[in-house]
Amino acid sequence: MTPASLTPNRRRLGRTVTTRAAEAVLRALIYICGWLCIVILLAIAAFLVYNSVRSLREAGLTTMLSGMQWYPTSDPGRFGLAPLVVGSLLVTAVALALAVPVGIAAAVYISEFSGGAVKEVSKSVIEFLAAVPSVVYGLIGVAVLIPAVKDSFGLSSGMTALTGGIVLGIMSIPTVISISEDALHAVPVELRQGSAALGNTRWQTTYKVTVPAASSGIFASVMLGLGRAIGETMAVLMLTGNAAVMPHGVLESVRTMTGTIAAEMGEVVQGGLHYSVLFTVGLVLFAITFGINLAADLVLERQQRRWRR
Amino acid sequence: MVTAVRIAPDGTLSLEAPYVGEAKRSLAEVADIQGSFTLSDVSVAYGREVVIEGVDLFIPPRAVTALIGPSGCGKSTLLRCLNRMNDELGNVHVQGEISLDGQSIMGRAMDPVELRMRVGQVFQRPNPFPMSIYDNVAYGPRTQGIRRRSELDSLVEESLKGAALWEEVRKNLKKHAFELSGGQQQRLCIARALATKPEVILMDEPASALDPISTQQIEDTIAELRSSVTIVIVTHNMQQAARISDQTAFMLRESLDTPAHLIEVGDTKKIFTNPDDRRTESYITGRFG
Amino acid sequence: MTRLTRARRARATEQLARVVTGLAAAAVVGAAVFVVAYIVKNGAGALDVGFLTGAPRDRGRAGGIFPIIMGTIYVTVATAAFTLPVGVLAGVYLSEYAPRTFATRAIKLAITNMAGVPSIVYGLFGLAAFVLTAGLGRSLIASALTLTCMTLPVVITATEEALRQIPTDLRHAALALGATKLRTIRTVVLPAAAPGIITGSILGLARAAGETAPILFTGAVFQMRRLPDSPLSQFMSLPYHIYAQVTSVPGWNRTLVWGTALVLVGGVSIISVAAAVWRSIRRRKVTW
Ligand SMILES: Nc1ncnc2c1ncn2[C@@H]1O[C@H](COP(=O)(O)OP(=O)(O)OP(=O)(O)O)[C@@H](O)[C@H]1O
Ligand SMILES: [Mg+2]
Repeated sequence: MTPASLTPNRRRLGRTVTTRAAEAVLRALIYICGWLCIVILLAIAAFLVYNSVRSLREAGLTTMLSGMQWYPTSDPGRFGLAPLVVGSLLVTAVALALAVPVGIAAAVYISEFSGGAVKEVSKSVIEFLAAVPSVVYGLIGVAVLIPAVKDSFGLSSGMTALTGGIVLGIMSIPTVISISEDALHAVPVELRQGSAALGNTRWQTTYKVTVPAASSGIFASVMLGLGRAIGETMAVLMLTGNAAVMPHGVLESVRTMTGTIAAEMGEVVQGGLHYSVLFTVGLVLFAITFGINLAADLVLERQQRRWRR
Repeated sequence: MVTAVRIAPDGTLSLEAPYVGEAKRSLAEVADIQGSFTLSDVSVAYGREVVIEGVDLFIPPRAVTALIGPSGCGKSTLLRCLNRMNDELGNVHVQGEISLDGQSIMGRAMDPVELRMRVGQVFQRPNPFPMSIYDNVAYGPRTQGIRRRSELDSLVEESLKGAALWEEVRKNLKKHAFELSGGQQQRLCIARALATKPEVILMDEPASALDPISTQQIEDTIAELRSSVTIVIVTHNMQQAARISDQTAFMLRESLDTPAHLIEVGDTKKIFTNPDDRRTESYITGRFG
Repeated sequence: MTRLTRARRARATEQLARVVTGLAAAAVVGAAVFVVAYIVKNGAGALDVGFLTGAPRDRGRAGGIFPIIMGTIYVTVATAAFTLPVGVLAGVYLSEYAPRTFATRAIKLAITNMAGVPSIVYGLFGLAAFVLTAGLGRSLIASALTLTCMTLPVVITATEEALRQIPTDLRHAALALGATKLRTIRTVVLPAAAPGIITGSILGLARAAGETAPILFTGAVFQMRRLPDSPLSQFMSLPYHIYAQVTSVPGWNRTLVWGTALVLVGGVSIISVAAAVWRSIRRRKVTW
């Protein structure tokens, strides 16, 4: 028989005023934190714009962007951003030339041709590569790559766009691999099986079916790798030599937008024109990466919607 | 055939139609009825789609009411009306009037949190919390603010005994609930529901994920509980409904674009031997659904 | 006959593809092995008690890195103290409260975009917002807040994903016992999701510990005599120390700098690996 005390009771079961109040407070906190990211992102944009105003007014955005000379400390200072923008693009181009083919091929191998322990190990290795601080990549570049580039091309200095680009490429590879691999992995098994049933080999299936099906994810991985490369600071600062002149090739020293901010912000007068110009450089970087991320996100979203049923 | 027992808000009771079934004897205890539900003209819609319409039903206290009907006829939906779990799904609209012992449980008349302390639920698949057996059972009492160890200890013991699990687990109450078998987990879920000392326990196909022996144990547990708690159980197993329930309600959705209705309700013996409605008969004899 | 040759050619292409993509993967793994081996080979010589417990001398060319390690630990712990509560609550909002509307989509977009903002831009933002506008000066707390903004997306995403893994049944079980939504989240959902949340957050924080650009002009200094003694003091930090040695100390001591890099990479990886292992152990124990 059931114990007598299990019979229902008539306790007051309602919530007290204090618990209700505590809950209301906590709920409010949850909502605030939920919206905080939008606030922070808007704040970043606002602070960049606010601090750029002086340079935009006194130097003008188009003048700055088209200006070929970066002599911030001459009097009057010259704030041509073109060498910096081109420097960033050059380094990024080198990085992508390395990261995209290697990254996608490695992702294909990991997703399509490997299994079991090999897959697990390669994934952890990629996580490790992504976790190494950029200053350490810079250090390795200084010790290994700068002398290597100097010797193999017979240059007077090994600090070139190529040097920075190679290291940036290695740093971007984990991004490219992991997102491409996710995209390949997300392609439904049925699709592959269908192709295999038509007598296609693994590789035929991969390039006829799987890779096209995952193309938007792969595209997104390239975009995000690009974002990572263009925004990277410490490694390029340590490796590219930082000559703020318009480069003519990858074997010349270049200065990137990120490197310029890092190198010069410590020495400028707060609120001065140079200070404001550096914020404009930051604003340009922010706008570029924002666009890149937006594009990648839209593409990824579409891909996800495709496989969700 | 509709049972109409109305309990007015002031607690007085009136019979508006002859009441069928064994539960009749409970009417004598009406003054301190605990755990009777009265549904009148209840309709439920998911978004715009009305899935249940015009249900009138009296669920007698301290008896077992079985809800039967083909898949998709809204048994789970109706069950969830009784502890307002439909509120958690969003997009669900319940109309009509439902009262627990004469007190409305609809809208602002009742705090769902309080209601659920009085109306427990056991789900189709065992869903113990990822914590120890003890903490699982003590969860409800702790939610009610009970902190004293001795009080919790005795509640846990009583509830596990009530769910016929005590003997199996008394030695290792600290064990993780996931280490129990499926049947044990389901009885743990019953114990967990009992620990809040509910007046009613709702069970949605509680044995459908279990093997025959575990099913038997659940049925035994229900038989033990029936005298102290109101039980509303949804089941697809006709024999089970016949074995364990006092009252049976049959629901049916006659076509996909019409809502389900309550076709017949009454004493279990009568429903299974001599139903009034032909549709009930064909369903229980397995001719459709 | 032609069908046979075609099949043979397909098999040859298959082999070629395997080899080429395999080489790419091997190169990546090789790069990682090289990175580890190179750091260990060059830095292991520096590791001794004096190095780990001593203060730097002669602008870092001699002595140890103890205060530098402590600075990194301080700023990372402070970052964690800000990031974890805010990030977890935001993750809870997204997974448990956010309506499926345009606004929610906007929040998610903001989060992915924050994850892509260059770290140097966070540095600029931290300088303008925390150092100058908020008047915190170049300080540990200004740096921690800057790193918080950078790490938040990681913690939020980890939390949201971990919460989504928790079956709805479990939430309903608690609600049906009369628990409020908040109590359900606090006592059932969050504890069940904790392994995923903690692991993801630790990976994000480990990355923050290795960042240089955000702390460059928000609080990190090259030389300091004491340990930071208040949230408003400046601090030394491992990544900044490496950068400063290489770029502004003529004749920097290679062994010591590589030793510093070894400590940084070792610390970051040990913490990350420990977190990942702990998660996989917890996962094996609890499956839904
Ligand atoms: N969350 C929901 N949103 C929209 N429609 C729902 C939802 N849940 C149930 N329905 C619809 O309501 C109707 C009744 O569903 P319900 O789950 O109550 O049936 P049931 O009788 O319990 O079925 P079963 O025996 O299969 O458990 C079905 O047509 C179903 O499609
Ligand atoms: Mg059901």
